[in-house]
Amino acid sequence: MTTPHAQQTTDTIPHELEKATLEGRNKVLTFWLFLGGESVLFGTLFATFLTLRNQVADGPSASELFNLPMTAAATFILLVSSLTSVFAIQAMHRGNKKSLSGWLSVTVLLGLAFLILEIYEFREYMVHEDYSMTTSAFSSAFYTLVGFHGAHVLFGILWIGILIGQLAKKGLNVVTAPKIYVSAMYWHFIDVVWVFIFTVVYLLGKVA
Amino acid sequence: MDWLTTVDHKKIAILYLVAGGFFFGIGGIEALLIRVQLAKPMNDFVSAQQFNELITMHGTTMIFLGVMPVIFALMNAVIPLQIGARDVAFPFLNSLGFWTFLFGGLLLNLSWFMGGAPDAGWTSYTPLSTNAYSLTHGVDFYTIGLQIAGLGTLIGGLNFLATIITMRAPGMSFMRMPMFTWTSFVTSAMILFAFPAVTVGLVLLTFDRILGANFFEVSKGGNPVLWQHIFWIFGHPEVYILILPAFGVISEVISTFSRKRLFGYSSMVFATILIAFLGFMVWAHHMFTTGLGPVANALFSIATMLIAVPTGIKIFNWLFTMWGGQIRFTTANLFAAGFIPTFVMGGVTGVMLASAPADYQYHDTYFVVAHFHYVIVGGLVLGLFAGLHYWWPKMFGRILSEKLGKIEFWTFIIGFQLTFFVQHFLGLIGMQRRVFTYLPNQGFDLMNLISTIGAFLMGVGVIVFLVNIGITSRKPVGAANDPWDDGRTLEWSIPSPPPEYNFKQIPLVRGLDAFWKEKAAGHTEMTPSEPVGPIHMPSPTILPFVMSLGIFIAGLGFMFTSDDFGNSFLNFIFNNYIVTGLGLAVTFGSMLLRSLFDDHGWHIEEDELNGKGVKA
Ligand code: HEM
Ligand SMILES: [Cu+2]
Repeated sequence: MTTPHAQQTTDTIPHELEKATLEGRNKVLTFWLFLGGESVLFGTLFATFLTLRNQVADGPSASELFNLPMTAAATFILLVSSLTSVFAIQAMHRGNKKSLSGWLSVTVLLGLAFLILEIYEFREYMVHEDYSMTTSAFSSAFYTLVGFHGAHVLFGILWIGILIGQLAKKGLNVVTAPKIYVSAMYWHFIDVVWVFIFTVVYLLGKVA
Repeated sequence: MDWLTTVDHKKIAILYLVAGGFFFGIGGIEALLIRVQLAKPMNDFVSAQQFNELITMHGTTMIFLGVMPVIFALMNAVIPLQIGARDVAFPFLNSLGFWTFLFGGLLLNLSWFMGGAPDAGWTSYTPLSTNAYSLTHGVDFYTIGLQIAGLGTLIGGLNFLATIITMRAPGMSFMRMPMFTWTSFVTSAMILFAFPAVTVGLVLLTFDRILGANFFEVSKGGNPVLWQHIFWIFGHPEVYILILPAFGVISEVISTFSRKRLFGYSSMVFATILIAFLGFMVWAHHMFTTGLGPVANALFSIATMLIAVPTGIKIFNWLFTMWGGQIRFTTANLFAAGFIPTFVMGGVTGVMLASAPADYQYHDTYFVVAHFHYVIVGGLVLGLFAGLHYWWPKMFGRILSEKLGKIEFWTFIIGFQLTFFVQHFLGLIGMQRRVFTYLPNQGFDLMNLISTIGAFLMGVGVIVFLVNIGITSRKPVGAANDPWDDGRTLEWSIPSPPPEYNFKQIPLVRGLDAFWKEKAAGHTEMTPSEPVGPIHMPSPTILPFVMSLGIFIAGLGFMFTSDDFGNSFLNFIFNNYIVTGLGLAVTFGSMLLRSLFDDHGWHIEEDELNGKGVKA
């Protein structure tokens, strides 16, 4: 039996450390399945949004509301963060712990920047436009879909943040590697969801 | 304390069984109260409001909190044994799933004591379930309680999927997997794709009720039919999530007690998958009368009727399995055999309902009530009884009394037929569903009385079952490994109840019905696939319990965020999300603890496995 904390030198590290143990493989597999469930979750939210997107009641419509340059900037930031998380995993596969935690930190910072932009956006609508959850069916659907995504980003930031701490404390091994790998999968997933949100909510809202 | 911290799948199975039995009892009492109210015309045993609460809680409790956990109990007890595994893939998650489910169920039932239960039907149709029409916190308990319980179910489903995919013993290919494991596998996949939809639905309704959102508020552009779509996209697959494991149980029981291998094994697997797939395609047959239009109605009507094909395949396979077999009518097999005709009848009325024009007549009458009780009680509940009698010796090491079992079977099934058979006719002559009373002399009086008498007879059957359990539990543990002598699958090759590591050595599987195959070759045990060695076990932990408690507190706090308690302290902590925050802090705090401190588990050493005596 291998003990999880056995000292490993770089050349004994298996290429895919995250899949070196049954537990690690189980984690990765189950996370794929979990993302299947998450897809249904966001799919339902998108369907709801599409049903209600023109039901603006007395409130503003999407084209009156949205500020595309800012959302485009947020989109760009989030996409770059996906790229940096890829670099992180590559560093992990090379067994380079320092570079790994570096790239993870960049990812977290970019996520944070995205979140701040989003909070700023929501505040603008709520304070300056007096546009809230209760304004119309469209507003409810908008805040719920985008807010759900935002909550996912927040969770991802906290999660990866904790993993960076773990990495510092426990090092890179068969226990931490699957966690990091899975959190990167999660991060890509919320990026992909955001691409859909940007297209369906913002771009489509602006042209309609 | 042992029970609060256990991560052993066999103990978690027992926890699910106890919790499910408890809620099943509550749901049953609610059913009897409903039937008392309907026993005679113009009865005033309960008020209209109380009646609404009773039917809502009865339906919700039975579906989500009664049969669901009993299914999970069987899955937990049996799946790892049937696939030759020492445990599930994620013991910690397994325990978390249970506690989350339990706290959700408790939250839902707290509503009885905290100002009124949900009263909008188990389907919680909008706008009936919005603040405008449902004035108490009842529906909030429904949305938040079910949300939490549903989370537990989802976690459980994921765990079973991973377990079945990765933990099968060497040689156990997918096409050698026992039928119960197969149906549980498909059920878990359905849970994964159906539950997130209702999660969203419940969130939307919660937001409408608590945060003043407008998803279903027509004056602000909302759309009540949206709720129905979301609910049934989940709700229809849900009925297959319930019935598929029962199909699995029936397949195991019938083939064991016919001493024959299951007829048409691969067509059974195929039919299961097809049913699951079609189950997702037919949700709008619940919505024929909402005005979707003739094209949609026709398509959903045809798609629904298609499900009869794979279901029919299954029925015939069971009959062919019994055909020419050496049948033994043990209690388990009686329940399994009783399942077939009642389920067929429920299926036939289902096809009748699937015809859209006919449904305009049947909709919201007792015909529907009769139909779905034939399916869920005459199908699923009989299936669960069969499974419980069949696996009881494996779970507890004691065989339930056959004599009492037979009394229980006959009272239950006769009571069942009395209760629900007449309801078909009540529906056809026009008695509506969900009305709290009716006028005399419309032809409803006698049949309703019969139905109520039948319901009490079913109650008697259940009590006999409880007595049976009570008596059996006083007997010493001593069931044989293979108490039915004809066990076919791996769980019968190890002691009853199994040791906490299940298999001393992981067995080598050499065909379908692996244990039967070895017995036929003259062996009494499975051939091991590995030498005896130390076994790694996960440590017990209280964290899943604490995490679920946190979610419970957060849910309760969220529900009352806009209430005025007339007490400045309470107002302060609830209206500022402080209680909610506290609950979430408990949950996330324990997640943090879990991630900071590694759980290395412990080992059972070789000498301990080989004989108790060597223990120092
Ligand atoms: C023990 C015997 C049972 C009896 C006597 C019984 C009786 C009833 C009655 C009288 C109703 C109300 C019908 C109405 O007025 O609309 C009802 C509704 C319902 N029952 Fe049962 N039931 C039993 C068991 C079950 C079980 C085991 C389940 C599910 C696993 C179940 C699921 C439901 C559902 C979903 C509803 C619909 C509730 C609603 O309309 O909101 N019942 N039952
Ligand atoms: Cu249906």
